[in-house]
Amino acid sequence: MKLEDFELGGTHLKSSDFKQGKVLTTEWEPNLKYAWDNGVAIGRYLAELKAGRIIARICHKCDRIMLPPRMFCELCFRPTDEWMYVKDTGVINTFSIAKVNWDASRRGPKEPPLLPAVIEIDGASEGMGIMHMLGEVNPKDLKIGMKVKAVWKKPEDRTGSITDILYFKPVTAKRKTKTKAAPKAGGKR
Amino acid sequence: MAITEKITDTTVPTFWEGAIPVRYVYTFGLAGEKFFRTVKDKGTFLATYCDECDISFVPPKVYCDRCFKELDSYIDVGTLGYVETFTLSFRNMDGSEKEIPKILAMVRIGDTDGGLIHYLEGFEIDEIAIGMPVKAVLKPKSQRKGSIEDIIGFGPVR
Amino acid sequence: MGMRKVAIVGAGITKFVRRAQETGKELSWQASKMALESCDLTLDDIDMVTLGTAPDAFDGVHMKGEYLADGAGGIGKPYMRHFVGGGTGVFSPIHGWFHVASGMADICLVVAEEKMSTCHPHPAGAFLTIFDHTTEQPLMPTLIWIFALEMNRYMQTYGISKADIAQVSVKNKRNAMDHPSAQVAEKITVEDVLNSETLCWPVNRLDISPASDGAAAIVLASERVARRLTDKPVWIDGIGHSIDTAYWATRDLAYPRYVETAARMAYDMAGIKEPDKEIHIAEPYDPFDYKELHHMEGLMLCPRGKAAQLTADGVTARDGNMPICPSGGALGVGNPIAATGLMKIIEIFLQLRGEAGKRQVPGDPRCGLAQAGVDLMQMGTVVVMRS
Repeated sequence: MKLEDFELGGTHLKSSDFKQGKVLTTEWEPNLKYAWDNGVAIGRYLAELKAGRIIARICHKCDRIMLPPRMFCELCFRPTDEWMYVKDTGVINTFSIAKVNWDASRRGPKEPPLLPAVIEIDGASEGMGIMHMLGEVNPKDLKIGMKVKAVWKKPEDRTGSITDILYFKPVTAKRKTKTKAAPKAGGKR
Repeated sequence: MAITEKITDTTVPTFWEGAIPVRYVYTFGLAGEKFFRTVKDKGTFLATYCDECDISFVPPKVYCDRCFKELDSYIDVGTLGYVETFTLSFRNMDGSEKEIPKILAMVRIGDTDGGLIHYLEGFEIDEIAIGMPVKAVLKPKSQRKGSIEDIIGFGPVR
Repeated sequence: MGMRKVAIVGAGITKFVRRAQETGKELSWQASKMALESCDLTLDDIDMVTLGTAPDAFDGVHMKGEYLADGAGGIGKPYMRHFVGGGTGVFSPIHGWFHVASGMADICLVVAEEKMSTCHPHPAGAFLTIFDHTTEQPLMPTLIWIFALEMNRYMQTYGISKADIAQVSVKNKRNAMDHPSAQVAEKITVEDVLNSETLCWPVNRLDISPASDGAAAIVLASERVARRLTDKPVWIDGIGHSIDTAYWATRDLAYPRYVETAARMAYDMAGIKEPDKEIHIAEPYDPFDYKELHHMEGLMLCPRGKAAQLTADGVTARDGNMPICPSGGALGVGNPIAATGLMKIIEIFLQLRGEAGKRQVPGDPRCGLAQAGVDLMQMGTVVVMRS
């Protein structure tokens, strides 16, 4: 068989076909809203964000300090063991300079680009990154490997959300900071 | 050890709210376009018929779903039908009570194997019966857009 | 393994278009009917049907599998929809393979459909909810972000430039000029790609495949039936699929381990020891141009970080030593997600039969593979075929 020997289906419509009413349509806007339970791990993660801290969860068997925190370890498939605070600093693993909004609409000429990034958080296991935004930086100066620090909302404005961190901004390397062991949260809340 | 911690204070479990903020614009397809154009322009219903399987489709299909034969001739089957089955709806979409219950029926069109789900209009609830003949009530031609809403419902055959 | 041999014996496809008038059912029927006609079968001959289609949120139809069933020839038969995200189209023949290899079916129709145009304002919006609802969605991500982030990491790790990557888009869009289903086939240059609108740096518009409507179908048969139906069966000799977690930000974005895991499973089954030598032709998933390179490396068709050089050297061109995406791929033919994967399977089927027309690669290829995947950088599906 050859594709060329068949008359293929699929009738292409142009935007003008819709505008000029050459094709009939019907519309539907789903009016569905969801309330996703946060669960134990993410519930605590959000509560700690509200308090201005980032908390991780440890699996002793795999020796991993995990972000976002999770109540079971997906590698060894057993419950994770304890909570641990990590720092609010980290390293840019990768970044983008986005001129497109979530729905593929373009950002206006006066709107600055969005700067999404994967940030490896200090204190978590190597490679444990979260997606967040970058700010207070000229996009041209961005580099993979750059040290960054969280810029938080004012305590009274925080709601217990990942957006309680406004963005991460580059930290100017004045001196090498010694890595202190992050404080342990200890036990149950 | 336990993954689940016993919840004693029901204000503790938190949740995150959101939505899927999209909307949809559906085309009716090759057969659907013909069907709704005809409702709009001529105020009547079209069917397709498979002579291999002796089955007819309303709304029409461009293919027979039994044997996959292409069906490309459309038959005008009129707007008369009969009630195959019906139900009464006492609630609105948001759960509130309707003042007058809506009658929803499956209407078999003509002597086809197909039919439409639509409202019954102009009947007292007591007089509705399965097997009862009905006729489509369409909006005036000038208000028809080519959609299922061009049909107001099915009413009595006078 | 005690499994029966399974062959592809027929194929069908629609044009891939930005917005089709046909409903998803009608597209499915067009592709399925063509697949049956291509091997002189009727729907009566089909024992079982499998259907692949990506999120319900594209078509705006819940229970899309059930909705599409009549167009896919599933009425009154054992029928099942499968969905593994971007990997769906290459999982489709795997799902059909289960039915035939196990002995449950002698002939299985495999259909893949996508109608993305229904979703407004843009199907990209439906991707918002593939991100974690609590820890990621509040940042309002778009799908392009995750690809842009991965591409940047890939470029940095191996020292690859945007121009190196743009060659893939140029090659695939040109290859697609010979594909009768093609939506965005064109002759462009590397400069055209680099000068096209920057969407999310480093991703420009011409680095990305389009949103599409389309369907594809194949017919699978057991060995005994296949030999009766055709002189040129194409055998499914290896299948592999593998998934990683949805914690995409916590893994190495420079290398698609999930593709390697799936490939190793398929290679083991097909007895392939040196994929770069034994596989003559490949259709890796190319929703973005860098992804073709990334996936070639995950498939172990070349060392890590070296796929761009092979492209620059012409090795992956249609007349090169290892033709990659001779169909034109998602970048050129179009990307109705599930149907794209099956389009790739069909391309390898035709190439191994010597029936790819103007797209035919020289040198009588005997062994090929198709791959799809991704989701949140986590899914791999691989099928190895031999003539």
